[in-house]
Amino acid sequence: MAECHPVGFQWVMEAKERGAVVIHVDPRFTRTSAVADIHVPIRAGTDIVFLGGIVRHILETERYFQDYVVAYTNAAAMVSEDFRDTEDLDGLFSGWDEEARTYDQSSWRLDRDGDGRLVLDPSLQHPRCVLQVLRRHFARYTPEVVEDACGVPRALFLRVADALCDNSGRERTSAFCYAVGWTQHSTGVQYIRTAAIIQQLLGNIGRPGGGIMALRGHASIQGSTDIPTLFNLLPGYLPMPRAGADADLDSYITNNATPTGQWGNMRSYVVSLLRAWWGDAATADNDFCFGHLPRIDDDHSTYATTMGMLDGEVKGFLVVGENPAVGSANGRMHRLAMANLDWLVVRDLAMIETATFWKDSPEIETGELRTEDIATEVFFLPAAAHTEKDGSFTNTQRLLQWRHKATEPVGDCRSELWFYHHLGRIIREKLRDSSLPRDRAVLDLRWDHPESGPRREPDAEAVLREVSGWDAAGAQLSSFDELRDDGSTACGCWIYCGCFAGGVNQTARRTPGSSQSWVAPEWGWAWPANRRMLYNRASADPQGQPWSQRKAYVWWDATTGTWTGHDVPDFARGKLPDYVAPAGARGPEAIGGAEPFVMQGDGRAQLFVASGLVDGPLPVHYEADESPFANALYPRQSSPARQTFRRRHNEPNQAPDEPDGGAFPYVVTTYRLTEHHTAGGMSRFLRRLSELQPEMFCEVSPALAAERGLHNGGWATIVTARSAIEARVLVTDRIPPLRVQGRIMHQVGLPYHWGGRGVSTGDAANDLVGVVLDPNVHIQESKTATCDIRPGRRPRGTALTAMVDEHRRSQGMRR
Amino acid sequence: MSAIESRAPSRVGFFTDTTLCIGCKACEVACKEWNELPATDMEFTATSYDNTAALGATTWRHVAFIEQRRDPTTAGADGTHGMRWLMSSDVCKHCSNAACLDVCPTGALFRTEFGTVVVQQDICNGCGYCVSACPFGVIDRRLDTGTAAKCTMCYDRLRADAQPACATACPTRSIQFGPLDELRRHAAERVEQLHGRGVSEARLYGADEDDGIGGAGAFFLLLDEPEVYGLPPDPAATTRDLGAMWKAAALAAGALVAGVAAAFAGGRR
Repeated sequence: MAECHPVGFQWVMEAKERGAVVIHVDPRFTRTSAVADIHVPIRAGTDIVFLGGIVRHILETERYFQDYVVAYTNAAAMVSEDFRDTEDLDGLFSGWDEEARTYDQSSWRLDRDGDGRLVLDPSLQHPRCVLQVLRRHFARYTPEVVEDACGVPRALFLRVADALCDNSGRERTSAFCYAVGWTQHSTGVQYIRTAAIIQQLLGNIGRPGGGIMALRGHASIQGSTDIPTLFNLLPGYLPMPRAGADADLDSYITNNATPTGQWGNMRSYVVSLLRAWWGDAATADNDFCFGHLPRIDDDHSTYATTMGMLDGEVKGFLVVGENPAVGSANGRMHRLAMANLDWLVVRDLAMIETATFWKDSPEIETGELRTEDIATEVFFLPAAAHTEKDGSFTNTQRLLQWRHKATEPVGDCRSELWFYHHLGRIIREKLRDSSLPRDRAVLDLRWDHPESGPRREPDAEAVLREVSGWDAAGAQLSSFDELRDDGSTACGCWIYCGCFAGGVNQTARRTPGSSQSWVAPEWGWAWPANRRMLYNRASADPQGQPWSQRKAYVWWDATTGTWTGHDVPDFARGKLPDYVAPAGARGPEAIGGAEPFVMQGDGRAQLFVASGLVDGPLPVHYEADESPFANALYPRQSSPARQTFRRRHNEPNQAPDEPDGGAFPYVVTTYRLTEHHTAGGMSRFLRRLSELQPEMFCEVSPALAAERGLHNGGWATIVTARSAIEARVLVTDRIPPLRVQGRIMHQVGLPYHWGGRGVSTGDAANDLVGVVLDPNVHIQESKTATCDIRPGRRPRGTALTAMVDEHRRSQGMRR
Repeated sequence: MSAIESRAPSRVGFFTDTTLCIGCKACEVACKEWNELPATDMEFTATSYDNTAALGATTWRHVAFIEQRRDPTTAGADGTHGMRWLMSSDVCKHCSNAACLDVCPTGALFRTEFGTVVVQQDICNGCGYCVSACPFGVIDRRLDTGTAAKCTMCYDRLRADAQPACATACPTRSIQFGPLDELRRHAAERVEQLHGRGVSEARLYGADEDDGIGGAGAFFLLLDEPEVYGLPPDPAATTRDLGAMWKAAALAAGALVAGVAAAFAGGRR
């Protein structure tokens, strides 16, 4: 966190000064480890073993927060009799279809009574109750197994487990923070799930000082998930309609809304969104223009799109603020794919590698690409920096903070808002006379944001007003509770509703911390409804009183008959703590007065996830797609549901589902450095940042250096089946060898910032990494793979491809 | 009490608490941005994460990275591997008795109303006397201008009632700026607090008015011997003994004259 998020890390340092114990788990000893109380070096790709060990420790030593777990999680729910765990099926859950490589999730359901309510055993003793299922599932994650698989000594593991338990309960809370590299595994979602299980068992969700914090890779990546740049989501986490199934608004709601809980109001959110986009053209008679929304029919995520480019199915590519030639797994494959496009548009601050692949990529040097053969028409559009445009950032705490333009962008540089506003305007002008039905979606759009100045810059606050929403009279709304499904309200993103309440830009508030309460509700604005902590009803006990005075946050005030406290309660304000939903209740009314997790249909946190995850209801340790070790916990080597692309340019280092044969004996992991920013577009082109880390380097232990003849300050070549790159060598004790399965294993650490352009240049680490994805969210497994490392610089030209081919052959793999 | 303090009761300084440093180098960048210093060192040094290597004419803040493996023989016994990574943002010490200022023949170096030591670029003739005089090796001549340059404690910002750029940029309050006497009091409390937490190796560097430079205007809290951070263990103003040296030189000269006279006298014999 200090390494990737030094500014946010100031709060960790402040907590540490106030007595917090800081624990850091990372293969590499980083700037975070330097100030942590405990650093745990771990074998990359084994986090579920480590975390699963903690789950087992909590359960076996009965350190879980009993009252919280019984009341607020689904620990007491009963798992279906049809369910079979990985214990019974050699590493598979029931419902696996080997042919389709998918699960039928029907056997994972929880038992319900005639009214659809969960059947509960508050004693937690029934063998089929979630807590007992959990206990059996994690029984094999012993400290000995942790030591053997992760390379973490038992004593160190137990120190961490005890520290977490000691610092949780009524009086204390613990938080997990992760940089998003944690998700970059073929089981990435289940990594976070395991942390969520720990936090639920310890009672660390919805309480001050608790939670799981995802530290995003860029400013406002949280914002670009809330109002998404993702193929399968609409604003506010509404699913993108699917072709066929979601033919009209009714079927879309039926297919996607959860009848109980907050999602029961989904129709209001969707209709308000459609009214924001299509304005008066969206009426009850035309399904509020629901038919204008595009439909998805498959995986159209980043890597699927790349494959489509390689296959000639994707003709055009618009790249904004991203540098896939350097930042995406298997950069070489991306560059080859882009050479197959008809057109490519790159909007960025600098002429990044993605924009110039056609003339100076490594493939030009190796002869795999020839400039004169590339038919891709490339457009580069210079972008304005954050200091040159108005707008908001949304951070990991869901806090929107407004940013005022400090200076005009130079030359042709323009803001994103300017670009999309005028792109839409021009397209609409071109289509003006069209009578084709397909063009109605564009022509019916409201596209009237006011412009100002000689450059006709659209008003960013006008966009925020639309995002926040208004009623039929045009008055700004103050909360998503006011959204209606009859078309009388418009709101561009239901969770952001109220960020312009009262006609005031709430996100621009900057009352200093010293002038308000410690929760600081008047700094910026947090979604939803300015709630600084989600599910904060859980900070009080089932009767509505704080679990302890020390951790008091939100509580029931019987005299006023409302929830109150330091924060805005994330709960219906007047709902009695002992409220029991009547049979057949729907929407938020179906959530009981002691059920804090209002977004879940049952109002409870999910220790066991009965539906929604495609790779299992509970986390399971599988080895990464590439690993030098066999899976010691189950006969299944790698996640059966992981998404693979076995094809040319994306060859694996080893035969699938088998441990490595020896040609690639080391684990390689990639990461960031404080001095650079992701794929380098914002740092490698600046001298004052580049001089701080001027060259691509690899980090190796003295033992690995001795084993391979590497010298500090010299050069090394790192090889995988995809490519070979060179890097300067930094020999350091900070990336220690670990003892795994009875032998010493080495890890090679690679920062992934470099590419061929800018002030500071170097080979791109991501060229080494293959494309294997988590099946839930399609994130790449870039934090662990296998490699070989040799002294000296890499060969040039065709000798480079020959070297990679030779390595692959020695492993028995063919191209 | 030194002459400085009696003249400038509002003397300001830096207290760099290295226990709070996370090595982000924001101070280095903020310094170069504000003072418009060029980035000149585009070379991988293979020295931990330190690639700017040292303070110099165009690097006025420098973060040292020191990797230590404590007692490798026992590492692992408690489950840890015994690593320690020290980070410290070094800067001009703005000495109470500043040798650079003493030796400057043009008056380019002067003591400001804030008690800091600043080079006036338009007066410096580039003679370089200050370079060899500095006991810390801080000040140096710029290759492009030929003049001596070093940290000004952001003299221009201080005059505009703003804090130095590095202290403003530091996210963890490792670099603290303020009235020197307050900083010294706070630093002493901080050491006591750390000792109370069992960090017995915490110590101050440059906070002692009786040291060889009369106490530094920029002082540090370290976790190891100064040498480990590349700091001289017992710095002394190189001009401190000038008076005594001149006296000795005069005596020696006198003795020499006497000797020569005696020799000639003897020769005539």
